[in-house]
Amino acid sequence: MPTVSMTVNGKPVSANVDARTLLVQFLRENLRLTGTHVGCDTSQCGACVVHVDGVALKSCTTFAWQVEGANVTTIEGLANGDKLHPMQEAFRENHGLQCGFCTPGMIMSAVEMVWRKGSDLDEQTIREELDGNLCRCTGYHNIVKAIHAGARAMAGDRGPAQQAAE
Amino acid sequence: MYAFEIHRPTTVRQAVNLLAKNPEAKLLAGGHSLVPVMKMRLASPSALIDLSKVEGLAGVEVGSRSVTIGAMTRHRDVARSPELHQVMPALASVPDSIGDPHVRNRGTIGGSIANNDPNADYPAACLGLGATIITNKRKIPADEYFQGMFDTALEPDEIITKVSFPIAKKAGYEKFKHPASGFALVGVFVSKRSSEIRVAVTGAGANGVFRATVFEEALKKRFHPKSLDGVTLSTDEMNSDIHAGKDYRAHLVGVMARRALAKAVAG
Repeated sequence: MPTVSMTVNGKPVSANVDARTLLVQFLRENLRLTGTHVGCDTSQCGACVVHVDGVALKSCTTFAWQVEGANVTTIEGLANGDKLHPMQEAFRENHGLQCGFCTPGMIMSAVEMVWRKGSDLDEQTIREELDGNLCRCTGYHNIVKAIHAGARAMAGDRGPAQQAAE
Repeated sequence: MYAFEIHRPTTVRQAVNLLAKNPEAKLLAGGHSLVPVMKMRLASPSALIDLSKVEGLAGVEVGSRSVTIGAMTRHRDVARSPELHQVMPALASVPDSIGDPHVRNRGTIGGSIANNDPNADYPAACLGLGATIITNKRKIPADEYFQGMFDTALEPDEIITKVSFPIAKKAGYEKFKHPASGFALVGVFVSKRSSEIRVAVTGAGANGVFRATVFEEALKKRFHPKSLDGVTLSTDEMNSDIHAGKDYRAHLVGVMARRALAKAVAG
């Protein structure tokens, strides 16, 4: 069994896992970080989105060993202690959820959306960029509102991938 | 998913040797086609040879007459290349239309054309521009490379290293996106480079990507959407499934070709 080591939410972690272990299984079952969800398990719904070195990806379609040595951030690692991340705060403020199942993936995608597209996002951009995240309850309206507000609150945050490139 | 071994080579030569030694192995690029089919047990490779550590396989290089894209270049990086946008925005628009942002963050050009999904976008761009597929062994013209659904000219121990696209002044891509999967129900890439006119169609054919030669002939007089007035594609070679029948697909090829041409002549 291969050994995988990575940094998750700032903490170094290491484990022997079966080669078949998906990143989402590693996070949920080995590390007990159950905020990252498995919705469709077919790379479509985005409930499993996490950041790997500042890039949003579907952790249900990535083997744990593929991100060996990487810096992984899950929804649990987004807040700064007790202070919610501005995007989390915006989802709360705008009631950008109903059942909440898709919310971790929505928020992780939204944060990376701002890193890639900037903090001044129009509705069409937000809706297009949410192509990889499905919500079965809200009709997206409040999610779009939340991302619009959260993006503004994130102004100036260009993300780790962009910073590393500069 | 069935069990498999992992190999992580750092050079193309190591990867080729591993492939030669493990005939049931599969190369892993972005994994967004391969991992889902492994999960469904539709693929059961004995080993995965991960190409992400192989040096020199990623990057977009813009020359005076051609654009070369490394096989492991992610869709996101091709779509965001400012140099590519300057010389050939039509090609940059192709990866930008694939899947969703997370798929584009992982998927690669080499993976896409090695898989040669009949509804994938890159095969249309390769065939529509007359690209050259460069492997560890040889250079394969796109016209010979795509050999049918999920079938290519690649030999068992052959690895794509890069793809070279000639720069066409006039080019355009238009797709009718399947609303759920994002794949092209029909996608058409058109280009004109001096006297060479190409119209490549993905998604519609019963045997994968193909060139619409009737359209190419009609466009020889004038490279303009109007030249396709009254020109129709035979439905014989069209695919038919739960999403669209032969007639509708043939019709869509005409519509997408006209829209792609409108983009090409405007740009």
